[in-house]
Amino acid sequence: MTIEARLDHIRGAVPPRNHNARTIAALTSNPGCARRAIMDAAGVDKQRLASCAGFPAPFGQSQFAITRGNAFEAQVKANGCAELLRLLREGLGLPLPEVSYADLEEVGGNTSRELRHSRTRGLLARAAASGADAGTLFDHPLLRLAVAGQQVYLEPDLIAFRLHGQFHVVEMKSFAVIDGQADGDKVAAAATQSAVYVLALRELLAGEGYGPDTVSHEAVLVCPENFSNAPVATLVDVRKQLTVLRRQLSRLEHIDSLVELLPPGLTLDLKADEAGVAGRPPAELAGAIRTVPARYVPECLATCEMCYFCREEARGATATLGRDVRDDLGAVETVHAALGLADGTLDPADDLAEAAAMLQVAARLRREALGGTA
Amino acid sequence: MSTLTALARARAVASAVAQPISTVRHVHVSDRPLVLIPLALAGEASAPLAAMVGDDPGSARLLVVAQPRNRDQRFAFAAGLATVILGYIDTFRSAVEDASSGADREPRQRFADAPQVLVPNRAGIGFVRLLGRSTRFRRSDGEYAVDPAVPVLGRWLTFLAERAEYPGSCLLLAATEALALHWASGQSPVEDLNLAALLGWVDPPSGMTGPEAAAAAEDPLTCPPAGPATDPTFDNEVLAPLIAACARADGDAAAHRAEASLRAALSGQLTPTWKLMWRAVGLLRGLPPGGRVAPRWDADKDAFTGYVTYLGEGGPPQPRRDSAVAAARRLDWLERAQAGYAIQRALDDPLVMAEYRMTGEAFAGTVTAAEPGRIDGTGRRRKLRPLITVTTEDPVRIEAGTVLSTPGRPGQKALVVSVYAGRPARVVLELSGGMGRALIPVPGSVPEVGDRLCYTALSDSYQRSWPFPAREQTPWTHGGPPPEYVPADEDASEVWS
Repeated sequence: MTIEARLDHIRGAVPPRNHNARTIAALTSNPGCARRAIMDAAGVDKQRLASCAGFPAPFGQSQFAITRGNAFEAQVKANGCAELLRLLREGLGLPLPEVSYADLEEVGGNTSRELRHSRTRGLLARAAASGADAGTLFDHPLLRLAVAGQQVYLEPDLIAFRLHGQFHVVEMKSFAVIDGQADGDKVAAAATQSAVYVLALRELLAGEGYGPDTVSHEAVLVCPENFSNAPVATLVDVRKQLTVLRRQLSRLEHIDSLVELLPPGLTLDLKADEAGVAGRPPAELAGAIRTVPARYVPECLATCEMCYFCREEARGATATLGRDVRDDLGAVETVHAALGLADGTLDPADDLAEAAAMLQVAARLRREALGGTA
Repeated sequence: MSTLTALARARAVASAVAQPISTVRHVHVSDRPLVLIPLALAGEASAPLAAMVGDDPGSARLLVVAQPRNRDQRFAFAAGLATVILGYIDTFRSAVEDASSGADREPRQRFADAPQVLVPNRAGIGFVRLLGRSTRFRRSDGEYAVDPAVPVLGRWLTFLAERAEYPGSCLLLAATEALALHWASGQSPVEDLNLAALLGWVDPPSGMTGPEAAAAAEDPLTCPPAGPATDPTFDNEVLAPLIAACARADGDAAAHRAEASLRAALSGQLTPTWKLMWRAVGLLRGLPPGGRVAPRWDADKDAFTGYVTYLGEGGPPQPRRDSAVAAARRLDWLERAQAGYAIQRALDDPLVMAEYRMTGEAFAGTVTAAEPGRIDGTGRRRKLRPLITVTTEDPVRIEAGTVLSTPGRPGQKALVVSVYAGRPARVVLELSGGMGRALIPVPGSVPEVGDRLCYTALSDSYQRSWPFPAREQTPWTHGGPPPEYVPADEDASEVWS
């Protein structure tokens, strides 16, 4: 069986989930997790799977946040991106000539992805070929990226433009920049998503014979300023994110070595009926999921739909307490073993002798300070 | 994090209840703290939606913004919050106490107590900071006039949020952080950010284990989030229709009804956290205070007194960003406060000192030999220099020549003469100070054979600050003297939408 066929079988009789910049960015957050790598490569609907296995994900988005995000984007893009142009020219001092605006969301009323992608490709290639800056803002270019050996389309959420022979990526986010500072986590997430676009844009232009330098590693981040709706633009260097992303994607290229370790015939099919109701017993489904090794860490709680399932499965492991705690316990795998070593009821293997000695000192010091109660 | 805390977390997992990581309380808990639980509208930088606030567990004040995107209603909310918070602060501006220190210092007075604001979590402190930022530059006159209390509230909120950065300050505290300083749960620090889950581990309701209580705390239906972020499902299914109803309401009676429903829904989201906050206060009060908690609170009272005076003299609002000199001074202050705070906690608390014993920076042991009457006759003057030998199981990483002290004998120094490493290790110490003026030590001033003591090189003695140039002497390398603050129209009229 080919690797594609096996991944299709794992996913079951449903179409694969589309990736977007956000899901690809999430791949980089816990690169050591085979469960996530395989589910993403197979295009499994993790949200639904977790729910059917009895552990619905704790994620949701408030309509207030969505409304605000859309309103901000609409404002920046209004009148052929007049506001955006002003920011690029005045805010960042870019000498942009008179520009036109091309929306690639549909091609003559047709929204088919193949068509949109080929039009994106054609227009960007022509812009790259013309020596001078073509002077166009390309909105909603439909890009493609190879993820786990499969070409995935990226839901477009960006604008690209060319200046001094280089394409730049513009990303709009509705979190505020207050007195020149923004939430670090949100900026980091936005930078990773921009890196996904830069990579996809480079891949597209590579197909046309252009080198990576054709796309700048500096992305333009547009956010509301202070407490207003007025946008402000900042350049963000995404080189570091590009490196992480490339490494993780190349790891997914070798997904076959992970798949080979799985039981033959494994499927995560929900056996949904025609109305879409899952027919597979949760316990059986959970059993199937468990055959795919996971690497749960508390950070998964913020990024992965499977987090509650994996956390329950990992109960008793020191990793559930966080990376620092695990390291401080001498990298001992389970809480039971750590306590056994600390209390001297478990004989340490040679490689754990040092950890055991440290844990025993810690246990003695706690006993002394707390009067034998701990 | 350390092996001791990590071990406590592991024990918490095994025993299904949080484990103590301190033997005393390291934060000041006011007799009458003000609990503030803010909620913000999702997607906005600082759009207040509601707040539950008050200094009496039995009577919470609920403030609600029926149209969170309406500027006037936001300022009305800020004015309402100002009434409560400034009213609370005012109650600390009457009683004074003498704060003269040292023999030659000027007599000085400060307020006898200071306000203490408690929010559920670190994000709550962020909300206080942002609300302060969005209100402190406003003006009560001119085109964009707001209630005169609003800019004053902004300055106080900014003062509190800045003070919360100083290690050991207790004017503005996050409940989760105060609890996590004293107990280790059996979950990760990420999960400890959830007040209900952390309290579930520390003090599970009867009939429940810690992990059961923490799991129950993760269901937003039975246990709404402690803010400022709201539960997205609540936003979509409850809040949005109610806000829409408020906007649609035609006539006073309908508007009143719609707003009453909104208030009821938000009260339902806030009340569980209100109860948790006071439970947290009760748990912290149950711990005996460490010896250096009161002096640190005195420093908070000084800071409070200083800011009251500054405001009284018409000082301008805190700048958006520190000037070069102010930033350097603040950093220096924070670094010294951080180091001092860590040492103070260790000196107050054997369990915190144990962290330093783990790393060999301190050791505790038994006196196995003593020469209390030893005289050092090598100098011009004969000096009383008793020797003691301390035998310890701890891993000692202190070298000969180091000067140590022990928490119970602050006036006495112990010079390390020699260290015989091994298990147990033996350390020979030469004592000076704290034994009277004669060549025979005052009884009890030299440790006796059999005494148990802890010695460390850590010291919380006053460290001199680095001298910084005056504001007007800021060097050109740092941009030269910063411009004086002049209230600008754009500050007062800044959009808050």
